[in-house]
Order: sequence, then C-alpha cells, then structure tokens
Amino acid sequence: MAKGLIDLEQVGMTYQAASGPVEALAGISASIGAGEFVSLVGPSGCGKSTLLRIVAGLRPATSGTITVAGRAVTQPIPDIGMVFQAPILLKWRSILENVLLPAELAGKDPRSLRSRAEQLLEMAGLGGFGAKLPRELSGGMQQRAALCRALLLDPPLLLMDEPFGALDAMTRDDMALELLRIWGEKDVARDARKTVLFVTHSIPEAVFLSDRVIVMSARPGRIAADLRIDLPRPRTVELRATEAFGKLNLEIFRALTGKTVVGTAL
Amino acid sequence: MTKLGAMANRYWPTFALFAFLLASWQAAVTFGNIREYLLPAPLSVWNALWHGDTAWWPHLWTTTFEIIGAFLMAAVVGVALGVAIAWSPILANALVPFLVFVNTLPKVAIAPLFLIWMGYGIFPNMLMGALIGFFPVVINTAVGLSQVEPDMLDLGRVFNAPKWKIFVKIRIPNALPYILSALKITATAAVVGAIVGEFVASQRGLGYVIVTTQSSMNTSVAFAALVWISVVGLLLYGAVVLLAHLWAPWAEGVD
Repeated sequence: MAKGLIDLEQVGMTYQAASGPVEALAGISASIGAGEFVSLVGPSGCGKSTLLRIVAGLRPATSGTITVAGRAVTQPIPDIGMVFQAPILLKWRSILENVLLPAELAGKDPRSLRSRAEQLLEMAGLGGFGAKLPRELSGGMQQRAALCRALLLDPPLLLMDEPFGALDAMTRDDMALELLRIWGEKDVARDARKTVLFVTHSIPEAVFLSDRVIVMSARPGRIAADLRIDLPRPRTVELRATEAFGKLNLEIFRALTGKTVVGTAL
Repeated sequence: MTKLGAMANRYWPTFALFAFLLASWQAAVTFGNIREYLLPAPLSVWNALWHGDTAWWPHLWTTTFEIIGAFLMAAVVGVALGVAIAWSPILANALVPFLVFVNTLPKVAIAPLFLIWMGYGIFPNMLMGALIGFFPVVINTAVGLSQVEPDMLDLGRVFNAPKWKIFVKIRIPNALPYILSALKITATAAVVGAIVGEFVASQRGLGYVIVTTQSSMNTSVAFAALVWISVVGLLLYGAVVLLAHLWAPWAEGVD
C-alpha cells in the first residue's frame, strides 16, 4: 500500500489515572492520503481527541509509530493548523491580530502576512470585521476567525477537534458548507487540497463533509469501521435528503453501536 | 447633554441619599442637643476643613505620599512574586507557603516592631501599607498568568513558541484584568496601612492628626481628617478603575 500523508501503525495510549492505568487507545492503524478529508467519529471518551493530539505531536503515544509526511512524530510538528471546539481567540486582540498570532508564535514577521490574513477573513465572510474584538462577534463568526488563524501559514494538514460542537444546529450546517468551500471542494484540484482530520460526535456532519469516516469504539478506543463516503462533490444541502446519505448514516450508526438497528425499515 | 443626563439619571439616588444623611446628621446635632466633642455637626467639620487652626497641607501631603508609596511597592513586589510563582514550580513551592504564613500574620501587630527597627518616618508607614496590600496582587497575578486555556498553550507548542513569548503575548495580557482587580483592593489596603503606621509612630500625617485630637477632644478636626483620608482613598481607587478602563477594556464588567 502506498504511504499516506499520515501513517498510524499500531498506535496505543495508556495513561495513569488515580485508580490505575487506563487504556485510552489500542492498536490504531490507518493511513490517510494527502488531500483526503477524514472524520473520526465515536462516543465520548473513545480517545478521538487524544488521537488527534497524538498526530499533532502534542501528546506522546505509549506504543506504535506515527509518521506525518514521512517523518516520525516525536514532538509537536509544525505545518499543521489546529481548530478546537472553542474558538480560543485572545480577548484583547482584534480579529485580524488573532488571525496573525501563529506568525508571531512561529517567529515570522506578521506584517508580511497581513494581506494574506485579510484575504482569509474576506474568504470566510469576515471582511469588515478585522478590527473588531472577538466578543463583538457571534460564536459562528468567532469559529470562522479561528479557522482563518489555522490557515494563516498555509499548512498542508488541518486538524479539527469538534470545531462546530458548540454551535447551534443551523449555524453548524452553514459552517459545514463554508468549510468545504474554503477547503476548495469546487475550485482546488483534489490532490492540492489540504488534508483534514476532523473529529466529531455527529454522524450526519461526518458523512456530509468527508471522503472517509473512521468509526471508533470506546475504552479502549479502537477502529471499529473505516468507511469510504462516495458521495458526489461539491456537496449540497439537498444531499442530506437523499437515500444514499441516509444509508451511510445508518451504516455508521450500526458500526458505532455494534449492532443492527431494530425496527428500522430501510 | 445626553451623557450628562444619563449620568444624572444614574447617580441622583447616590447624591440624594448622601444629602439626606448629611441633613439628618446636621439636624440631629442642632436640635438633639448633642455635644460637639461627641459628634460634631457637618458644618463644624466643614469649618475645621477650611477655617480651623490645623494646617492640613503637610499632613495631607505626608499621608498621600505614604499611600502612593505603599500602593506602588505592593503592586511591584506583588506582580514580581506572582510572576515568579507562575514561572517556576520550584519558586512556587518555596514562596507560596511562606507568603500564606506572612499573610495570616496580623500586620497591625507588627507595626510597633517597625517603630523599633526603623524609627519614626515615612518609610515604615509605607511598608505597613505595602505589607497589608501586596498579597491579593501576588495571588491574582499568579492565577491570571495560569488561567490560560490548555488549547491555547497547545497552539503555542505547535508553533514551537518559546516560553517567554507565550508569557509576553498570552499569559501577561491574560493576567492584566486579574492584576487590576487586585490593585483595587490594594488601593484600599494602602490607606489602612499608612494610617495604622501613623497611629503607632509619626509626627505628621492625617493619622497623626486623629491621634492628637484624642487628647484635645477636638472631634471636628478628627472628622475633617477622615474626610481628607477618604478623598485620597477615593482618588487612588478611581485612578485604578481608570487604569483598568484604559489597559484592559476587553475585561469590562468582569468584576
């Protein structure tokens, strides 16, 4: 098999809790290709967020190997953009200054990236909001600013940890479409797109966004299923009402619960 | 006009209550036949402020100087200790129990020792104010520096940002509202400390004036000194509030 951008080889993670060692992840092996949009779905506490942080090099795995772009991950890796559940914008900085933060943290001259930051804000529909403080924006707008911040240094890999989890259902659906647009679903060639690893609780969200959904089981987190989502791109709102979309949802639901659904005629 | 109108709308109950209390006080003293040395009427206090025998200026200046000195000492030392605690766990383990111990000591009880060690003067009174007021600054600085979302720190690690940069760009601005909030307490404590210091040992200052009225039974002068003390205290407090408004406008309404 061809090597992917991200290669996980028997990754395991055990941490020490007060009651003794807890196995959070066990035997995770997967290969994610460049330009793929992959969602990690699983119940709370299945270690999907931990796995994301292990890929970023922010937490060490206790067994197995992680390779990103051909290099073993042993410490935090640059060239990634991270988006978390909360926007975590700095309250005292304007939106534009927040988007420029990665440049400053990485020791780059923020002035040289100013026009890129402004372009990103424009693209995310925040054109007139660069000078505002975060608290002047709605939750969805703040999260879009956080996405711009993650994209500032043009990382090839985007790691997203339940980025829309704190938003209301309607904003959430809008944000999914928005993300696909910014990702370049329509106008960027498949292999030139960013690789996205997207953690979510929501099955429909995972199906709607992804090329592939990895389903995880809980305690210890293992890969229960790895499904390809062969729905046409660009994805549209109407897609949500199709039978194919519903079937994939059900399939993932079954993989998640590990049993067939009683009383569902489909 | 609208802004002035809004302010009048908001603060008229404050002034109304204040005026009512003053008027009742004056009426009680005038018609209730209360002796002047027990409770002077507001008008006598007013006279003591402006037309009495007390030359207020040197006393006012001395106490103000002590209070500002105490405030600045508490602020600088408090922030420095808070930074040290947040920066290094070893320093935190060394300092925190010691500081908690110092804080539990009744500082007022140490004031007589200050007289033995340092004699009369402005400095021991400043030190007393600083000693009473520094602790909240230490705690709030340390807390404000550490209360940063773990995800934000992860962001710093992803970009391999050095520790000092995280401190300067994220932790310190984050701590600013906490520090300013503590400085409001310190502003009040500095006043208490300076006056207590003057009670124990001084030859000048508003606290000294109050002590001397004890023997002369000149109560209206003591009240006048109280007025001056509260004016200085209010001005310092107002300055801190203004500073918070200018330096940390994003945290408005937090406390």
